[in-house]
Amino acid sequence: MTDIVTDAGASLAAGRGRGGFRLRLPRGVLPHGWRALALPLAVLAAWQAVGALGWTDATLLPTPLAVLGELVRLATSGELLSNLAVSFRRVMLGFAAGTLVATALGALTGYSLQWRAYLDPSVHALRTIPGLAWIPMFILWLGIDEGSKIALIALANFFPTYLNFMSGIARVDRKLIEVGRVNGLAGARLVGTILLPYSLPFLFVGLRQSMGVAWLVVVGAELMGASSGIGYMLMDGEMTGRPHLVMACMIVFALSGKSTDMILAAISRRVLRWQDTVEKD
Amino acid sequence: MLEIRDLAKSFGSFAALGPMSFTLDREHVLTVIGPSGCGKSTLLRLVAGLETATRGDIRLDGTPVDGPRSEIGVAFQDPRLMPWLDVRRNVGLGLWRWPAAERAAAVDAALAKVSLTGFADALPKQLSGGMAQRVGLARALVGRPRLLLLDEPFAALDPLTRMRMQDHLLDIVGGEVPNVLLITHDIEEAIVLSDRIIVLDGPPARIRRDVVVDLPKPRKRTSAAFQEIKEFLLGELFPADGRLAA
Ligand SMILES: Nc1ncnc2c1ncn2[C@@H]1O[C@H](COP(=O)(O)OP(=O)(O)OP(=O)(O)O)[C@@H](O)[C@H]1O
Ligand SMILES: [Mg+2]
Repeated sequence: MTDIVTDAGASLAAGRGRGGFRLRLPRGVLPHGWRALALPLAVLAAWQAVGALGWTDATLLPTPLAVLGELVRLATSGELLSNLAVSFRRVMLGFAAGTLVATALGALTGYSLQWRAYLDPSVHALRTIPGLAWIPMFILWLGIDEGSKIALIALANFFPTYLNFMSGIARVDRKLIEVGRVNGLAGARLVGTILLPYSLPFLFVGLRQSMGVAWLVVVGAELMGASSGIGYMLMDGEMTGRPHLVMACMIVFALSGKSTDMILAAISRRVLRWQDTVEKD
Repeated sequence: MLEIRDLAKSFGSFAALGPMSFTLDREHVLTVIGPSGCGKSTLLRLVAGLETATRGDIRLDGTPVDGPRSEIGVAFQDPRLMPWLDVRRNVGLGLWRWPAAERAAAVDAALAKVSLTGFADALPKQLSGGMAQRVGLARALVGRPRLLLLDEPFAALDPLTRMRMQDHLLDIVGGEVPNVLLITHDIEEAIVLSDRIIVLDGPPARIRRDVVVDLPKPRKRTSAAFQEIKEFLLGELFPADGRLAA
């Protein structure tokens, strides 16, 4: 019996070996946490070398150091901070407005089958319109200034939060609701004690998706017509043929999106400490 | 006094329970046993006010039970703790009307009864299955209910813990709770704890036997009288051949 098992295992391994080929990296050269950085650093180094040797056209592909230099220049001149503040404000106001409406409506449709039947299909129908397609309408309605941009971000933010929060509330464990009822909880108290906490994990999933979408949409909004913001700088870099500025702005967007997501993740970890899940981000 | 009169419950066209009538008055612990799916939980949920009867009525001390009542404590088959609340808040869930100091004292006392004094600040995820079940029991007890409903409270526990919990239940519940309605599959549990045992069959759940258990407490599982009642109940639960099931 044992022999057969061993043979089967061996032939299985052999079969796997025959079909493919082995590509094994040396172990233990880099500590685990650093391995993710190996590839980007190598690419950057090669890129820098190629650029420094003059093999590429600097007006099309600036070297990493040139981009870094541009970032430093933007940061020290105050240009970066003032434009980042504008974009950040748009993202935050849109995010706040979208979240507010989404949680209120999501709570309603999640809790009540009646409201869901009336409202939810319309929400899904609206969702099929791509977010950026609203730009012309919003500009017509709200002008080219802040209003239309914030409205666009708010609208795009609404859907992930609404959908996740609603499904969280709708999925609340009937057994826990019964515990609430036999303990005399009803109405707002039942919502606050059981429904809301139960759906918080879902809400946070929605909020993080929304925040990602907000940074996505702010670029679109600022590209369409703005006189400030990181998206405007990006556009400006294109118009004036400064690829290092364009790349610097791309990096700023990446860092901004990542840091707001990390903040939300940290808040969610704290708030959802009670969750019995494997700890990971 | 709990009065159940001509009680019947259907889910759509499916008759789950009744009609049945019985009264629980002086007996401290009344146990309902019966085969799986016969309608025991349905009976308990009706008494808890979580289901509405199709026919008949339920009265507690003369007042109809038509919804959850604060004088009725319920412990379910699974602990059903709120994972986001610590043990203290889980136990005190139903005491939100109480002044904070009284609530704290009641929660501490209930936790002491189920031997979980040190765990007031723990989250449910930090508890073992047996501990969580005891928190559920503490939550049912903490408001000093007039009637305590227990739906297979120990079914999910390992046999040793279960036996310990059975032996301690009467101390835990104490004299403060006038009546306990216990549902179980476990014949020994029924005999250890009950003053009266109702054997159901179904569905629809109907009373097959109503047995008064008149043995002094605490009861020894090995005594001849105990074994005799056990044989009898097994015979009732497995009418074809009691020996086989034993
Ligand atoms: N909400 C419901 N809708 C439809 N049928 C139900 C519902 N609840 C219970 N039933 C049915 O009623 C019958 C009795 O169920 P109940 O849960 O009372 O059984 P039980 O005696 O507690 O069983 P167990 O010992 O396995 O817990 C079952 O046949 C079940 O399918
Ligand atoms: Mg049951």
